[in-house]
Amino acid sequence: MAIDFTTADPEALQRRRAIRNDPVQRYRRLVEIRAAEARIREFHSSGQAWGTTHCADGQEAVAVGLAAAAPPTDLFWVAHRVHAMGLALGCTLESVFAENLGRTTGSVGGIGGSFHLTDVGVGLIHSFTIIGTQIAQAVGGAFASQVLGSDRVTVAVFGDGAVNIGVFHEALNLAALWKAPVVFILENNHYAEFTHVDTVTTVTPLARRADSYGIPWRVVDGQDVESVTSATTAALDHARHGGGPTLLEMSTYRYLGHSRSDPAAYRPEGEADAWHERDPIKVEAARLLSEGLATDDDLSAVDELVASDIAEAAEIAYSAPNPPLSAMFTNVWAPDPPSGGSAGSVR
Amino acid sequence: MAMKTYRQAINEAIVGEMRRDADVILMGEDVAGGAGGSGEDDAWGGPLGVTKGLLSEFGPGRVLDTPISEAGFIGAAIGAAASGLRPVVDLMFNDFVGVCFDQVVNQAAKYRYMFGGQDQIPLTIRTMIGAGLSISSQHSQSLYPVFSYFAGLKVLVPSSPYDAKGLLTSAIRDNDPVIFCEHKLLYDMTEDVPDEGYAIPLGEASLLREGGDVTVVALSRMVHVASDAAAILAREGIETDLLDPRTTTPLDTESILESVEATGRLVIVDESGPRCGMASDIAALVAEEGFGDLRAPIVKVTPPHVPIPAAPNLEALYVPDVNRVLDAVRRVVAY
Repeated sequence: MAIDFTTADPEALQRRRAIRNDPVQRYRRLVEIRAAEARIREFHSSGQAWGTTHCADGQEAVAVGLAAAAPPTDLFWVAHRVHAMGLALGCTLESVFAENLGRTTGSVGGIGGSFHLTDVGVGLIHSFTIIGTQIAQAVGGAFASQVLGSDRVTVAVFGDGAVNIGVFHEALNLAALWKAPVVFILENNHYAEFTHVDTVTTVTPLARRADSYGIPWRVVDGQDVESVTSATTAALDHARHGGGPTLLEMSTYRYLGHSRSDPAAYRPEGEADAWHERDPIKVEAARLLSEGLATDDDLSAVDELVASDIAEAAEIAYSAPNPPLSAMFTNVWAPDPPSGGSAGSVR
Repeated sequence: MAMKTYRQAINEAIVGEMRRDADVILMGEDVAGGAGGSGEDDAWGGPLGVTKGLLSEFGPGRVLDTPISEAGFIGAAIGAAASGLRPVVDLMFNDFVGVCFDQVVNQAAKYRYMFGGQDQIPLTIRTMIGAGLSISSQHSQSLYPVFSYFAGLKVLVPSSPYDAKGLLTSAIRDNDPVIFCEHKLLYDMTEDVPDEGYAIPLGEASLLREGGDVTVVALSRMVHVASDAAAILAREGIETDLLDPRTTTPLDTESILESVEATGRLVIVDESGPRCGMASDIAALVAEEGFGDLRAPIVKVTPPHVPIPAAPNLEALYVPDVNRVLDAVRRVVAY
C-alpha cells in the first residue's frame, strides 16, 4: 500500500507549500518556530503540560531550509528535537501544541507527546527518540522508491549524537550499496545531551565519516536558511536523478539545554554569544532588508501575525479534549487482517 | 497435493506471494545464496537452503543479499514497509535479534501506534529457532515469548509443513509486523502440502488429537514430542487433547480454556525457557481464567533455566523429550 497523501490536512499542506518559493514566508516560519517553542515551554512551566520537551532554539534555519528545499511528497525521518522540523514541514501549530499537551487533536492524538510527531500528508513520516534508528529506516524508504519506480527522495535528519552509533554506519553502507535516493542531514548543534561533540570523537568534521562509504558530503552554514535550502536542493536533485546519497552536515548551535530540565551550565562562557551573533532569524531579516524583499515594517507585521497565530492556536489546543480510554487500544493492530485472523482476539 | 518438506513449504509460500504481489520483496544475509560471486548464482538460498531458486525467478531487484548488518537491513525493511513495500526479511537465527532489538521491538512493533494509525508496517521477519544442532547458546534459543511480550508484533510458530505454508502466506498478507519462527530441526519433515496458495488464519489453534483425560499444549517442534508421548499414553488408557496454538500472538486462549474445561488437567510442553516463557504465560492464563476447572496442578515441561550447551549429550538433556512429557502427564492424571 502506498502512502495516502490524499488525506493530508489542507491547512498543513498549504503551510508545507507556502515556504517553498517565498523568502518572506520562510522568515515568518523561522519566527513562528522560535515563538512556538517558547510557548511550549510555558505550557510546561505553568504545569499545563507534562513530560519532557526538546527545543531547537537557534536551529530554526536548518528545519525551514530543509522543508523549503523538498517537494511535499519527499519523506522526512526525523530525530526527537522535532517541533521545528514539524512546523517547518507544515504541521499546524494546533497539532504540535495539542500533541505536547496530550490532547486528542494532537499530531498523533496525544499518544506520542512532545517528541513524536507524524504527518505523512506533509512528508513527516515520524520523529524518533532512539538515537540513529531512523537513518536505516529512511534508507529503506528510499529503497522502496527504487522498487516502486517513484521519484520520491527520503531525508534522514539526525544530530551529532547519532554519528557514533552502529546503525548510522550500517545505514550509510546500505545506502551507498543500493545507490538509494536518500539525503542524510547531520544537524550538528555541537552537543549530544550535555556532552560536547569534541569529547566523544576524534574524527571531524563529523561528515568525513561519509568518505568511508564513498558518499559525497559537505559542511553547510546551518544558520543561514538560504544556504541550507540550496545545498539540500542540490542533494535532493542528485538523489532524484539516480546519483545516490549525499551527507550534509548543517553546522548550527542549540541555544538551550538538551531538554527542559537542563539549564546548560556546562557551556563555556561566551560560547553561545558568538552563535547569537549569527542568529538564523537575524541573518534572514538582514537578507530580506538588504535585498529589498521586505521593509522593517513588513518584518514587524510578521512578528505581530505570528504572535496572534500562536495565541490563538495555544488556546484552541488547550481547550481540546483529552483522548478517551479507547484511544489507548486504537492502532495497536492494523484493521481487518486480510489473512482472516481476528485482531480483536490478540492477547 | 504432494509430499513436501517444511523447507519447500516455506519456499512455496514466499514464491506464491512474490508472484501474486509485486510489492513483496525478500532481503537478508545469504538469501540469494552466493550472489555476486563469479561462480554459480543461486547456489545456496540461505544457510539451510530455504530460499533457493528465488533469485533466479525474481532477480536481484527483489531478492537482496544484505551485508551482516541486522540493525541496518531490518531498519531498512521497516522503512520500506512504511513506504509501500511488503518486505520478507530474514533474521537468520533468532538469537541475532540481540543486535537489532531496537528495530524489532521499539520500531516495527510500535510504528503504527505511534504514527496515530497514519501508516502501517506490513513486514514479515523469518527467523530460525530451536536447539538440536549442537551449535550452542547463541544459535539455538527459542525466543518467541520475547517477541510475544511486545504489543504490535504477531508471532507464528509453525510445527508442520502444511502450517508453515499457510501461516507464512498469512504473515506476508498481514498488515502488521509478523515474526515467523522456523524450527531448524523441522526443515526436513514432510507431509502433504497443496500446490496452490492458502492462508491459515492467525490465532486459531490446531487440535491434533482429541481425548478427555488431559490437555497437552505444545509449540513448534515440541508438538511432535508431545504427539509421540500421547501415542504411548493412549496405550496406557490415557487420552490426550493435543493442542498446537500455532501462533503465540494472537493466542487462541479460547481453545485452551475450552479443552481444560473438559479435561481438568494441563501440561504445557515448550522449548522456550521456564521463566517468563510461553509455558508460564499459558499456565498463568489457565490459573487466572480456568482455575475452577482444574483437577490437578498445571505442569510445565520446559528446558532448565540455563544457556544452551553444545555437547550433544547435554543438549539432549536440555531439550524436553518424550519421557519428560510422559512423566508430567502421568503425574497430573494420578494427582
